[in-house]
Amino acid sequence: MKLYNIAHSRAGDKGNISMLSLIPYNENDYEILCQKVTVECVKKHFEGIIHGEVVRYEMPNISSLLFVCNDALGGGVTTSLRMDTHGKALSYKLLEMEITY
Amino acid sequence: MKNKIRIGCGAGFSGDRIEPAVILAEKGELDYLVLECLAERTIALAQKRKMADPSKGYDPLLERRIETLLPHLVKNNIRLITNMGAANPIEGAKRIKEIAQKQGLKIKVAAVGGDELRIRNEELEINDIQIFGEEYEALKLIKNELNNEKLLIPNRTANRSQLLISMNAYLGVEGILEALQADAQIIITGRVADPSLFLAPMIHEFGWKTDDYDLLGKGTVIGHLMECGGHITGGYFADPIMKPVENMENMGHPFADVFDDGSAIIGKVEGTGGVINLQTAKEQLLYEVINPSEYYTPDVVTDFTSVKLEEIDKNKIRITGGGGKIKPETYKVSIGYKAFWLGEGEISYAGPAAFERAKLAGEIIEKRLQAQFEEIKIDYIGVNSTFDNRWPSEAEATISEVRLRIAAKTQSQADAALVGEEVEALYTNGPAGGGGVRKYVNEVIGITSVLVDRSKFLPQISVFES
Repeated sequence: MKLYNIAHSRAGDKGNISMLSLIPYNENDYEILCQKVTVECVKKHFEGIIHGEVVRYEMPNISSLLFVCNDALGGGVTTSLRMDTHGKALSYKLLEMEITY
Repeated sequence: MKNKIRIGCGAGFSGDRIEPAVILAEKGELDYLVLECLAERTIALAQKRKMADPSKGYDPLLERRIETLLPHLVKNNIRLITNMGAANPIEGAKRIKEIAQKQGLKIKVAAVGGDELRIRNEELEINDIQIFGEEYEALKLIKNELNNEKLLIPNRTANRSQLLISMNAYLGVEGILEALQADAQIIITGRVADPSLFLAPMIHEFGWKTDDYDLLGKGTVIGHLMECGGHITGGYFADPIMKPVENMENMGHPFADVFDDGSAIIGKVEGTGGVINLQTAKEQLLYEVINPSEYYTPDVVTDFTSVKLEEIDKNKIRITGGGGKIKPETYKVSIGYKAFWLGEGEISYAGPAAFERAKLAGEIIEKRLQAQFEEIKIDYIGVNSTFDNRWPSEAEATISEVRLRIAAKTQSQADAALVGEEVEALYTNGPAGGGGVRKYVNEVIGITSVLVDRSKFLPQISVFES
């Protein structure tokens, strides 16, 4: 199943860093996301796009995860040659990830 | 001292819609209206306009926004706080005064400046500047220039005037507080951290101490939730399949009822479009956060991990918790510099073998240009331009149309134009059936950030009365 079916996400940007939230529609799914969506599988999923370290923050207070991805925007929001320099669409790239549910 | 104030957010970026702010001013029963109009690069663009004309450099939509808003602000006794001053808050304040005079309204306007880092006038030691994050080549170059106090460009960019365009610190609440104490009804600032625009009226009205970091942290959480306008009211959230939002063409912007204990209830004007719920609030809380337990603003380092969100009614969210510790000793300073010229060209291919023909065209251009450009990017729009690691080979045959985009970096405007010219030349020399060429040449302003000691900056207030 795609993450899209159980969670939503917004991408933020600062310099060459992309931050991707991952928020389950049902708060009961938070534990599953914690188990399934690891730093390793996010790095693999974004191979060729995110080149730097990925840090995962767990936020049980709002049942959400935050992935802070370094070297993710083709050099940075202002100087990247990508079409989507902010990496706004990367949130939906994350939601394309398949997990077993 | 009040124990509750209502703050609206009428704009979340420079180009935002005008009418959500007007609706808030007219029907929102606000005490304060905030317009946040200054993204990272906006101030560098404004600085360029100021260099061309010293009476400009404030937000290009300032006149239109103020002309429509001012009568409502005066009638309903609402104070406006905005960073529309951009690179020139004083000239922005003078324009607002002129508009008020033309409308026969008596107001007091305060300009808040002092965010600009002036290296020539002050003795700024290079050690005062700390580079964080990645050290871009350009930044090292700038640092070197600062050190030598000569702002001339290296040989590589000899045909361009100056490398540096702007250096502005993200100031905190101090200047706005001074303007509020001076009874200004309209406060127009240069670069101020977005949440500080909201935090300042809370401190002013509730008598919070500026070293009560717990309350400043709580106020910063509220400011952060509000600062992007339509983000929290379901605008940049909607997805018709999983997150449908109603009446988006009439999107309402948010207001917050803030209480003196640092809690708040966020809502919107009855009858406007959009939605405020737990999902919109969570998305916005995490937006552009690098570390949820240490969110840095000039006022306080805020903790988001203890924030509690509750949906208490339709389109009503209660925010409690959150907190803060210490005030950073440095300001973040954004440096705008001339990075490169960007040349772009686009052409479409459709029908049988659309993707194969586009690929052939891309290969032709790459071979012709690669020797003379720093970096070339070839995108197949509709295939891989957004997620550039995707190459669905089995889907190629079914692609009914694709747009080829070539983008390249170079140091001269003339070279940048070559990119579009080469794409256009595919009309006679390229694969069959290419059409709809567009070409673009733009100078790209890069932004990079450094940390500078607070003592190098002092907010400056200028007051004007109509």
